[in-house]
Amino acid sequence: MTDSRLRISDNDGVTLVEFVDRNILDEANIQAINEEITAEIDSADIPKILISFSNVDHLSSAALGALITINNKIREKKGQLHLANIDPQIYEVFVITRLNKLFNIHETTDEARAAFNG
Amino acid sequence: MSDSRTHIEGASGIDLAYDRVKVSALIDQILAKAERNAFGASSLFAVRLAIEEAITNAFEHGHQGLDPATTVHIEYAVTENEIQVAVQDQGPGFSPEALPDPTLSENLAKPSGRGVMLMRAYMTDVDFNDAGNRVKLRYIRPAQ
Repeated sequence: MTDSRLRISDNDGVTLVEFVDRNILDEANIQAINEEITAEIDSADIPKILISFSNVDHLSSAALGALITINNKIREKKGQLHLANIDPQIYEVFVITRLNKLFNIHETTDEARAAFNG
Repeated sequence: MSDSRTHIEGASGIDLAYDRVKVSALIDQILAKAERNAFGASSLFAVRLAIEEAITNAFEHGHQGLDPATTVHIEYAVTENEIQVAVQDQGPGFSPEALPDPTLSENLAKPSGRGVMLMRAYMTDVDFNDAGNRVKLRYIRPAQ
């Protein structure tokens, strides 16, 4: 088993996910991240996931694809996904792809936490 | 085959199998040359992203169904005002014009199909050869 590429913690029913790596580009790494977050989604009745990108400098379209897959799984379970702490250069990638319209994106994890309903 | 659209004059070239460490080392090498030519952080971000997308496309889509050891050929040239990178796979090629627009509302929740549009968004020019198995990325230093 490989080392986790994520730091995962629970606080008031919200699962905070942070990345160990600064670059989320490698297909195998992205697959591992996807599986680890999917396990969190599967273990929750109604998943509430907050993903912080505070350490992240680069991500690829494959990483965006993994985020979309995660978002789709959370929606299937009527859960909520919020994203926070996205570097301006990476946020531009979300804007170019219009994924800023798909995801709930906040400047800080505190703002994101406040946005969870229920 | 490279053609007039995707040829890079005076390029350095390397054949790479999919080995993440070697791929990252090559990208770092290209970006280090760009940095020595005083390309700024936003340029380096753009070029790294586009190269990553081109190489991922080559291995993931171009080589789909081929022996995993099949190599991709990468050429690059960095000059004072321009960074050029070509990535060529050994697959049958594809038609970039046939790709659906990933920014349409009906495609937003689809997990794939954004690589080429990101290359086009960040590069000055993105050209494919006729076969569709070689892409050339060209980035010109932005005006100050």
